[in-house]
Amino acid sequence: MTTSYIGMPKFPKAAKAALENSQQRKNLHHATHTIRDKRARVVGEVDGWEELRVAGAAIKDEVLTHLDSYLVQLEESLTRAGATVHWARDAAEANSIVTSLVRAKGADQRIDEVVKVKSMATQEIELNEALEQAGIDAWETDLAELIVQLGHDRPSHILVPAIHRNRAEIKEIFTHEMGKVGQPAPDGLTAEPRVLAEAARVHLREKFLRAKVAISGANFAIAETGTLVVVESEGNGRMCLTLPETLISVVGIEKILPTTADLEVFLQLLPRSSTGERMNPYTSMWTGVTPGDGPQEVHVVLLDNGRTSALADEVGRQALRCIRCSACLNVCPVYERVGGHAYGSVYPGPIGAVLNPQLRGTASPIDKSLPYASSLCGACFDACPVRIDIPELLVHLRTRVVDERRGGLPSGEELAMKGAAWLFSDPARWERAQRGAELGGRALRRRDTLGRIPGLGAWSDARDAPTPPEETFRSWWKRERGSEGDR
Amino acid sequence: MSTSPPGAGVRVALFATCFNDTMWPETPKAVVRLLERLGCTVEFPLGQTCCGQMFTNTGYVREALPLVERFADVFEAYDAVVAPSGSCVGSVRHQHAMIARTCGQPALEQRAEAGARKVYELSELLVDVLGLTDVGATFPHRVTYHPTCHSLRMLRVGDKPLRLLREVRGIDLVELPEADSCCGFGGTFAVKNADTSVAMGSDKVRNVRATEADVLVAGDNSCLAHIGGLLHRQRAGVRVLHLAEVLASTEADVAAEMDRSRVADLAREAR
Repeated sequence: MTTSYIGMPKFPKAAKAALENSQQRKNLHHATHTIRDKRARVVGEVDGWEELRVAGAAIKDEVLTHLDSYLVQLEESLTRAGATVHWARDAAEANSIVTSLVRAKGADQRIDEVVKVKSMATQEIELNEALEQAGIDAWETDLAELIVQLGHDRPSHILVPAIHRNRAEIKEIFTHEMGKVGQPAPDGLTAEPRVLAEAARVHLREKFLRAKVAISGANFAIAETGTLVVVESEGNGRMCLTLPETLISVVGIEKILPTTADLEVFLQLLPRSSTGERMNPYTSMWTGVTPGDGPQEVHVVLLDNGRTSALADEVGRQALRCIRCSACLNVCPVYERVGGHAYGSVYPGPIGAVLNPQLRGTASPIDKSLPYASSLCGACFDACPVRIDIPELLVHLRTRVVDERRGGLPSGEELAMKGAAWLFSDPARWERAQRGAELGGRALRRRDTLGRIPGLGAWSDARDAPTPPEETFRSWWKRERGSEGDR
Repeated sequence: MSTSPPGAGVRVALFATCFNDTMWPETPKAVVRLLERLGCTVEFPLGQTCCGQMFTNTGYVREALPLVERFADVFEAYDAVVAPSGSCVGSVRHQHAMIARTCGQPALEQRAEAGARKVYELSELLVDVLGLTDVGATFPHRVTYHPTCHSLRMLRVGDKPLRLLREVRGIDLVELPEADSCCGFGGTFAVKNADTSVAMGSDKVRNVRATEADVLVAGDNSCLAHIGGLLHRQRAGVRVLHLAEVLASTEADVAAEMDRSRVADLAREAR
């Protein structure tokens, strides 16, 4: 089972460790560049891509602006269609609802396992761990999630949770772990993708056919009809959503779309942005219970878990438009080097850096450091299919982190910033400060750089620092042009 | 009858930026030479200090507020302001109004919004305002160009810097692989996340070296200080230079530089 994220070190420390893993660096570089190029190709061929992005953002904003009424409408539609709606304020409530539902199901036929469709919401609330504590095994059926689960690992990407693993590593995991929890891997397993996929298929088939309860999330929830939508690529989702007797879906409250027609926009935006495909392979839609067809007991758990506090922030709320496509991860230069684990959440990369501090707050070292885990290069905003201005949000959250720290004993950084601001507040004062640089420049006239500077290791461990010039521009201008322009 | 130069009658205020003013004075000097050569009148209002970007992007929006006000006070009177920095122009254009709004200063927000429309990054001023791509420069070196993130994705300068460089006499301009990838500088990111910053910079340097260029050119000296610091530590033999200095360079400058190196060679031989 995956381990908890509590007590994660701050980002720079976790990143340093990740950067030293050369195999992972290679795996990540290869995978992110492959998906990045594929996405760019299929996005480039859509004439009205920008219009689609604008439409996607507008639909999500409409939902977020009127979320209260859309949620009530969704509950009514779901109930009318025969589903049972549950409301969960936080992870603990959601986990306890799901656990009781599974236990209730087992009143006459003790249930000790469920099959799962890949779902970010259930990972966010650490449902598998909660079920495990209750003596219920939760089997992940998405291939990459299976690799992560069998490897006692953590997902490092939203869409491709095992992106940090290569084929040889996966073969080892299958060989050693599959037999411990079910159908073992066949003898003579190779690292060929087709062979690995076949081993997973056989291993999972047994679980699909046996399971009485399935747990899913949802990519979209249509308020008008109560239809839930799951978008996946392997058909494992289709198996989970149709075979078991009971289906429990944990759905974040921001997943709503007003009408079925809105899917037109999102079923174009999502596959091209996430997998780089023109059309999604398996799109499953279900509306409550259909007598004699599919699960006859359908539950929907509507999850808040920090979403309403993000909604309360006028700038921050745009992060709730996110459709979990992971395009921002794939284009991010930081994610590409560091991978997903350093972000200390199931939501890594640029979207994780703006979503986690909003969902979880900024109390922990990792959540305080996440808004700074970016060079603000802006590649994420350009790739985002719902136009979340991630750089703007990062700066907004940095401001929050700094403002929350104000009032106490000032940090070294705060003192330095206040000192610099004091210098810049008066041109004459700033000019006197520049004199210091000029003196340094004259003293170091013979050197073109300073090389390593003691105490400035963060800069100069790997980068030679420049020597200040003997004369600033301002001094030159005054010497050459007098005080012309003085105002 | 002689035609008037393209910049005749254009009065431009130079925002040198605090970093260029103090650490890279050759860049704003080059802007002055270039624009005056093109016929512009260049002024350097001495009341200027800093755009506040470092404060804003580190979360110290409240410390940036007085600088937003100072910028408006100093530059409001001009019709055109130029800065040789994509990220400082980005800060003025895309952040000043937000800072005023965050700090509850609606009057300043309006002034910042109006002011932002008159601030140009160097390549924008040359191409969009003066309508030029050939600025009469000569620079006989093998050059590769790194488009800095804020020029590219905040200001959307597109290929304006490259169009300017392509017209430079004698230049051997080679394409930089993965050019639009961030170099890893990112302001305080370079020290707060130094390991990741250096990892990103190392890949940039690898691509720069693969071009076999002698000079790496960009529109931001902050990014160049980071990439240049890595190149210098590797003793890579590639120097970094701001776009303004390439565009300001003339045939006479090139001849003078050759004379200087000839004198240096002779001095070495004599020793």
